[in-house]
Amino acid sequence: MAAEPKELRDDALNGLRLSTQLERVWRTPPGLLGALMSVDHKVVGRRYIVTAFAFLGLGGLLAVLMRIQLAGPEKTFLSADKYNQIFTMHGSTMMFLFAVPVMEAFAVYLVPLMVGTRNIAFPRLNAFSYWMFLFGGGFLWISFLFNVGPDVGWFSYVPLSNLQFTPSKRADVWAQMITFTEVAALAVAVEIIVTVFKLRAPGMTLDRIPLFVWAMLVTAFLVMFAMPSVMVASTSLILDRLVNTRFYDSSSGGHPLLWQHLFWFFGHPEVYIIFIPGTGMVSAILATFARRPVIGYPIVILSLIATGLLSFGLWVHHMFVTGLPQLGAGLFTASSMLIAVPSGLQIFCWLATLWDGRLVYRTPLLFVIGFILIFVLGGLSGVMVASVPIDTQVHDTYFVVAHFHYVLIGGAVFPLIGAVYYWFPKIAGRVLSERVGRWNFWLAFIGFNIAFFPMHILGLIGMPRRVYTYTADMDWAHLNLVSSAGALVFAVSFALLLVNVIYSLRKGELAGDNPWGASTLEWATSSPPPPQNFDRIPVVKHRDPLWADGESLPVVAGLSTDRREVLLTSLAEAEPQVREASPEPSIWPLLTAIATTIFFIGSIFTPWAVLWGTPPMAIALIGWFWPKGSKEDEA
Amino acid sequence: MSVWVRGVLVLCTIWPLAACAGQQSALDPQGLQSEQIQHTLFIFLVIAAIVWIAVVIVLGVGMLRRKPLTDQPLDLDQAFEERSGRVVLALGIATTAIVLGLSFVSYAGQRTVFAKDEHVLTIKIIGHQWWWEVRYEADRPHQSFVTANEIRIPTGQPVKVELESADVIHSFWVPSLTGKMDLITGQKNELQFTARNAGVYRGQCAEFCGLQHAHMAFAVIALPPDEFGRWRDHENQSAASPSDQLGMQGEALFRGRGCALCHNISGTMAGGQLGPDLTHLASRTTIAAGTLPNTPATLAGWIADPQHIKPGNLMPKMPLQSDELIAILHYLEQLK
Ligand code: HEM
Ligand SMILES: [Cu+2]
Repeated sequence: MAAEPKELRDDALNGLRLSTQLERVWRTPPGLLGALMSVDHKVVGRRYIVTAFAFLGLGGLLAVLMRIQLAGPEKTFLSADKYNQIFTMHGSTMMFLFAVPVMEAFAVYLVPLMVGTRNIAFPRLNAFSYWMFLFGGGFLWISFLFNVGPDVGWFSYVPLSNLQFTPSKRADVWAQMITFTEVAALAVAVEIIVTVFKLRAPGMTLDRIPLFVWAMLVTAFLVMFAMPSVMVASTSLILDRLVNTRFYDSSSGGHPLLWQHLFWFFGHPEVYIIFIPGTGMVSAILATFARRPVIGYPIVILSLIATGLLSFGLWVHHMFVTGLPQLGAGLFTASSMLIAVPSGLQIFCWLATLWDGRLVYRTPLLFVIGFILIFVLGGLSGVMVASVPIDTQVHDTYFVVAHFHYVLIGGAVFPLIGAVYYWFPKIAGRVLSERVGRWNFWLAFIGFNIAFFPMHILGLIGMPRRVYTYTADMDWAHLNLVSSAGALVFAVSFALLLVNVIYSLRKGELAGDNPWGASTLEWATSSPPPPQNFDRIPVVKHRDPLWADGESLPVVAGLSTDRREVLLTSLAEAEPQVREASPEPSIWPLLTAIATTIFFIGSIFTPWAVLWGTPPMAIALIGWFWPKGSKEDEA
Repeated sequence: MSVWVRGVLVLCTIWPLAACAGQQSALDPQGLQSEQIQHTLFIFLVIAAIVWIAVVIVLGVGMLRRKPLTDQPLDLDQAFEERSGRVVLALGIATTAIVLGLSFVSYAGQRTVFAKDEHVLTIKIIGHQWWWEVRYEADRPHQSFVTANEIRIPTGQPVKVELESADVIHSFWVPSLTGKMDLITGQKNELQFTARNAGVYRGQCAEFCGLQHAHMAFAVIALPPDEFGRWRDHENQSAASPSDQLGMQGEALFRGRGCALCHNISGTMAGGQLGPDLTHLASRTTIAAGTLPNTPATLAGWIADPQHIKPGNLMPKMPLQSDELIAILHYLEQLK
């Protein structure tokens, strides 16, 4: 018998032939169907980013509507009912459909590139995650357009969200949107953890992992441990509402505070799920534009881990006015304030880096500096609200609204916009306009502070949050007007970002592989990266490979060029272990997501949907996992 | 940029001095507890300001320092690296010390704010969507009475409010007197405070409680003890019977047109329990939980169409002829 032609490996090909061969194997199939089948982490990541930013736009639009309503006393621009839906939609959209997903989206796009591999782990799960996110968000917003938008606040306290006080479907819509986003977020968390643990380029030992990747790894663990709590909470709520279980009903042995404990056991880590990726972005941008590695690499990593652990021990500070025992509450004051220590350590490392660095003032660095100014202030007001006596005054007032926008916008959105300017060249192949970027930064920085600083004072002089109007004799009108004006300026800064992106996509300066002279692996490939990410997998010998080895990174060879293959390495030392097949494009993740969506939405109308909704899901999953003989097995 | 931001910060620290006129303000303390909280707040504020300014200075100097350009980002001075690592750790230890110190400051303040007094006037407050039921419950039943949305207390004497909810979670907050406490379904919370000076202190529900959460205010009126005693004796009495023809007609209509299904007026046949007690309505300063001042005109507008004034509130619009409305209004105006 004639010898089988041996499979072709990447050591047998070179240059253009290697590139085209790999591209043929890894590319997303053409056409609409191909687009729906894509499992390329870059394609999915790009979609994820764009969708999350679309939700930012929608959430921001709602914020502007709220600020118009509150610009003066007793305005009738929005009715009470509309206002309550709008602030709930704003909070839910920002937290569940923008802030968490956008961070995961950047991780989906960047982590595989930064660790030097060809695709994310579990790429089909990744595609499925995106579809679930899209359908969940679409479901919430379509419900809102049909006037069934949730109106019980983004933390949906019971008993207000019980059937008795919210008989419409509004609270069900909220709770089921949570289920969608949980599924999506947990899926990405698993992918990130496995990608970081098993797919790193050879030689990328634990102490050579880029800080951004470390941040996303810690975030992924937070998602894994926090999400189940809100899943239990929201599922119990739906059960209470649909089949009359009584988890939260105090008249039959349940308790409304159970909801608050479960929600905040998730809800507090949630804000670190948003903030920790922001710190990763800051570290990445800072190293590049200070032209030196971030000072205190091990301190930053230990701080990230400490922040993650501590974040599970302070949920009770959201409940200081529910009548807890005094000593217990006092202890949660201390644990809450202690989180200032790891956050502070990171800030000190960044300040030292800025101190020593040769600063290159491009837009991403401006946003990082803005981040430090705003976030530190938000952190300090956080120390105040952690104090029980102070919190009894400022809890549920505009002081808290100011505080959490300082930490969320300062700690996550500013780094994020910096990250957009920073990584846009990699993703789009063109650089964003620097001139527009500067305007963007200054309008954002000034607009933000004018919008939110006065809210601190408003809270102290008595303005509660979540009120759709106030009377003229309350002395709140001037500061509210100032705040609303600032919000408009802030909104304009986002419009500029959009203009910049649209303009630069076509007309921007070409980026080249590494426009900023950065040090991490994503800059070692072309911009935008080819479907296979790297023609040959790089070998890492240094924490800052592109600075240490210049443009000529050492590589490993031996992966197949006939089919999709990634290299698995060991957990700590990243020594090459085995070649592993990586899945082909598939339509099944989309079909599974559609079946799951029908199941989830159906079940808020009838419990029977749990019954008839299951078979389609089962069929889709069987299709997804149907064993196909792989080429390796045939050989 | 740092000048601008610092300006804002200065504005923030002098603002409290300018804002003393507010009637619902944590910066305008009129009670023992709110004074203590403000004290704690100021300690935190000063430390926060110092830390923030220090960060701005380090950042600013770091940005202004001239550093020779190099294209060797990894060409680092090892001694500097080690030194800066030690500085960072030292600052971390300093941060730990500060937050532990602040925790003690906070706990000391908390002990004072939540200190319990034995000899207190107890008032039970029950939150409703969207108004406050206020029950003065004395050992002797004839000293017990019920009112709504207005709490009168004697100055200088500790007052304990027992907080419960009839429906969803609300929060009792009178910033000029003390911090807030939730009213939670199926749970009894309590809060003690002492008003130093006589005055009217506005309060407002602080936990989102549904459609008209924004219109769930109330007033705490602190009176000198003897005046408080007189008010209490008066409040104990049943409603005055109407003295004139129109008033009597109004009383009959109050029952006949369904008002009495929800409202109680002591000493009459009107015994509804769903809405606020109206026994001494005419002596209260606001209607609809602080939504409007209590004048004949606003009261007429309210009865004619409560849904217009506070959309979605649980009092329905009653079908009344205008002469019926006038009679009822006339009757209510006599409930001093
Ligand atoms: C254009 C920028 C923004 C403006 C002007 C704005 C404005 C506001 C206002 C006025 C409220 C208070 C509503 C009330 O209490 O009645 C609010 C609530 C909230 N905002 Fe924003 N916001 C902005 C961006 C963001 C972002 C980027 C996030 C998160 C990443 C966010 C998260 C929240 C949350 C969680 C709430 C609480 C919602 C609730 O009470 O249920 N906001 N925002
Ligand atoms: Cu309320």
